[in-house]
Amino acid sequence: MTPDPDPDPDPVPGRAAWSPSPRELERRRQRRRQRTRSLLVATAAVVVVFAGLGLAVVSSPGWPRVQALFFDWDHAQASFPEIRDRFWVNVKLFLLAEPVILLLALAVALARSSRAALLVPLRLIAVVYTDLFRGIPTILLILLLGFGMPALRLQGVPNSALFWAGVGLVLSYGAYVAEVFRAGIESIHPSQVASAEALGLSRGQTMRFVVVPQAVRRVVPPLLNDFVSLQKDTALVAVVGGFDAVFAARDYGNFNFNYTPYVVVAVFFVLLTVPLARLTDWLQRRYAERERAGAR
Amino acid sequence: MSPRVDAAPSRVRPVLEVTGLRKSYGDHVVLHDVDLTVHPHDVVCLIGASGSGKSTLLRCLNLLEDIDDGVIELDGREISDAGVDVRAVRSRIGMVFQAYNLFPHLSVLDNCTLAPRRVHGLPRAAAEERARALLERFGLADHAGQHPDRLSGGQQQRAALVRALCTEPTLLLLDEITAALDPELVGDVLRIVRDLAAAGTTMVLATHEMTFAREVATTVCFLHEGRILEQGPPEQIFTDPREERTRQFLRRVL
Repeated sequence: MTPDPDPDPDPVPGRAAWSPSPRELERRRQRRRQRTRSLLVATAAVVVVFAGLGLAVVSSPGWPRVQALFFDWDHAQASFPEIRDRFWVNVKLFLLAEPVILLLALAVALARSSRAALLVPLRLIAVVYTDLFRGIPTILLILLLGFGMPALRLQGVPNSALFWAGVGLVLSYGAYVAEVFRAGIESIHPSQVASAEALGLSRGQTMRFVVVPQAVRRVVPPLLNDFVSLQKDTALVAVVGGFDAVFAARDYGNFNFNYTPYVVVAVFFVLLTVPLARLTDWLQRRYAERERAGAR
Repeated sequence: MSPRVDAAPSRVRPVLEVTGLRKSYGDHVVLHDVDLTVHPHDVVCLIGASGSGKSTLLRCLNLLEDIDDGVIELDGREISDAGVDVRAVRSRIGMVFQAYNLFPHLSVLDNCTLAPRRVHGLPRAAAEERARALLERFGLADHAGQHPDRLSGGQQQRAALVRALCTEPTLLLLDEITAALDPELVGDVLRIVRDLAAAGTTMVLATHEMTFAREVATTVCFLHEGRILEQGPPEQIFTDPREERTRQFLRRVL
């Protein structure tokens, strides 16, 4: 009948007084030396590899010609303003297509994972949609839609090639991203569904409050990967005459017989995608720290 | 009193010798100045409340955690040195975790032959023969081809034990291996550990099973707030503990 003795922690003697032993100090010095050595090795490896690559390119026989054709500073400066202005078309296309793709893809993924009898037709449509649009090369889809749809002269929808090229991107990427979402949804352990259902949640509620939030978190890295890819593929609208940065570069290049503008556009795309790549890294790290408590 | 306790004079070189071990996470000191000596065929049981540092101590012994001070020696050679080949050390120590940690994508047999084949360079046939013999001995012969998720918790933990034993380790570390099991499955696993102890396997194990500790241990260490507050033969620790803290702990758990 005695109550639990109070397990109060006594003030631990020596906690503040601790100082590393000579052995520990020696070990720390050793670790420091190891770190310094690996830093040196890394630096040397980087210098050797990149210097070697640079040398191989510059010493190739055709380099002077390539330099004049692709890396001409004057042409770069001359083509820059037009490319910069037209690059907004790519950015806008990306920013508009992105949310539409997310919604479409999530809807398709949910339709595919639904088990309700009434939703079977929807499931079939979703399956056919992903099979079809993942199968068609994006460039073909853009050519078909960009040239074909305006020719129909539909009423009430825009008839520009650029608009339909954007629709092509949405349809193509929607199919990809839907599969990413579905993989995420299926990776959530059945015990999560069971415990949600045990609480009395409906299947829809289970998806909305338990499964999808976890699934989305888990697939953020591959999703962002697809977005980086989409940013680049906005360049495909140039094939149907969408007047974007690539189109502007090709225009300039054909007129002046110099390909430097292509390099300029490439730099623009890299500058656009790098922040997103860093964001991906950061999100992945945060996920690991928060939800796995840094477990190893 | 077990005869093995007396058979630990200083002339026998200890398998494991820990002196002044300290481990902290930031400002939080998890292990203070831990000294521990394990002789061949010793079974050392670590007891103490959750958070007293039992698991951390085992992880430090296996070099899964970097220590902040002190020295760990395995067979007379320091393994806490910064330049030590960590994989070579671990290949001589077996470890079994509370949550089994079997590889779900491999069959039980493949779980057991992975390290013998890839780390110890055993040919497949030899590795499988050894694994099958151990699985047979532990009543898992029928499950060799199955994937771990098909097995019950007790079977999985026995498979994890076999996996650890397949590399014929010098020292076996068991981290609360029955804590995640249903009471009726605990017995199967403990029976195996008892057999291993009787066969002279050197072990350090963290456990909450006091009756079991009392029965198999050659030495019992009571950990409290990251210190080994008291250690000695089980008879002494369980019947006549020196420290008030040990007495309090045992009153709560026995």
